[in-house]
Amino acid sequence: MSEFFAMGGYAAFLWPAYAITLLAVVVNVIAARRAHAAAREEARRRLETDVDPEREVERER
Amino acid sequence: MNWAWFHKFGSPPHIYRIAGTLTPWFGWPAGALIVAAAYAGLVLAPPDYQQGDGFRIIYVHAPSAWLSVMIYGVMATAAAIGLIWRMKVAHAAAASCAGIGAWFTGVSLITGMLWGKPMWGTYWVWDPRLTAQLVLLFLYLGYMGLRSGIDDLGRADRASAVLAIVGVVNIPIIRYSVEWWNSIHQAPSVMKMDRPSMPMDMLAPLLMMLLGFTLYFAAVMLVRLRAEILRRERSASWVKEALQ
Repeated sequence: MSEFFAMGGYAAFLWPAYAITLLAVVVNVIAARRAHAAAREEARRRLETDVDPEREVERER
Repeated sequence: MNWAWFHKFGSPPHIYRIAGTLTPWFGWPAGALIVAAAYAGLVLAPPDYQQGDGFRIIYVHAPSAWLSVMIYGVMATAAAIGLIWRMKVAHAAAASCAGIGAWFTGVSLITGMLWGKPMWGTYWVWDPRLTAQLVLLFLYLGYMGLRSGIDDLGRADRASAVLAIVGVVNIPIIRYSVEWWNSIHQAPSVMKMDRPSMPMDMLAPLLMMLLGFTLYFAAVMLVRLRAEILRRERSASWVKEALQ
C-alpha cells in the first residue's frame, strides 16, 4: 500500500497534480449548483415583488 | 425551409427545460468514467519504461488541457452564433463556459508544471506550448473581466463575444506549437491522425478520462446555462412555471 502512495518516487509531484484536478472538478460542480440556486432564488423574489426594475428603466428612457 | 426548429432551439424556456433533463444523463456517466479511469490509470496501467510512475500525471494533465481548448471552442462558437443571429441563449451559453474553461486551463498549467519538474528539471520555461496555454488563461480571464466590467448585458454580450472570437487565433497556435517550433513539450500521443503511440493498457484509462471530462463539462455547463438563462429571463411568465 505504501508502495502505491510512493508512486516510484514521484509522489511529491503526482499527488498534488491529482489533488488540484479533483479540487477543480468538485469546485465547479458546487459553484454551478450554487449559481443556479441563487438565480432561482433571485427570480422567485423578483416575481413576488412583481416589479421589474429593468423594464422600469426602459420605460423611463 | 422550416425555421421552427431554429426558433425553438433559441427559446429560453425550451433550453432551460432540456438542459435540466440532460444534466444527469451527462453527469452520472461522467462521474463513473472519471472514477474508473482514475483507478485504471493509477493502479492497473503499467509504469512507463522511461518515466516510471511519473507518467500517470498524464491522466489528469491531458484531459484538463483538452477541456481548456475544447471549452474555448464551444465558447467562441456560441459567442459567434449569439453575435450573428442575435440569439440571447447563445450568449448565455458562451458566458457559462468561461469560468469552467479558466479553471481547467489553470489545472492544465499546474499539473503540467508538476510533471515538468521531475521530467524536464524545471517547473516552467517560456516554451511556445506553455506560453500559448498561459495566453489561453488570460483570454478566459479577460473575457470574464470584460463581462463583469460592463453593466449593460447586451453590450457585455457583444463585446465579450468579439474578444472570444478574436482569441480563437490562439487555438491553432496551442495545437501546432509542438510541431512548428522546437518545443520542450512532447508531441501529441493520442490526438493525432495515425495510430496513438501508446499501448492499450495505458491508453484506455486516458480515453476514459477524456470522455469522462467531456461529459462532466457538458453537465456543469448546462447547470450554469440554466442559471444564466434565469438571470436574463426573470421577468418572463414561463419563469413562474419553471420555478414551481
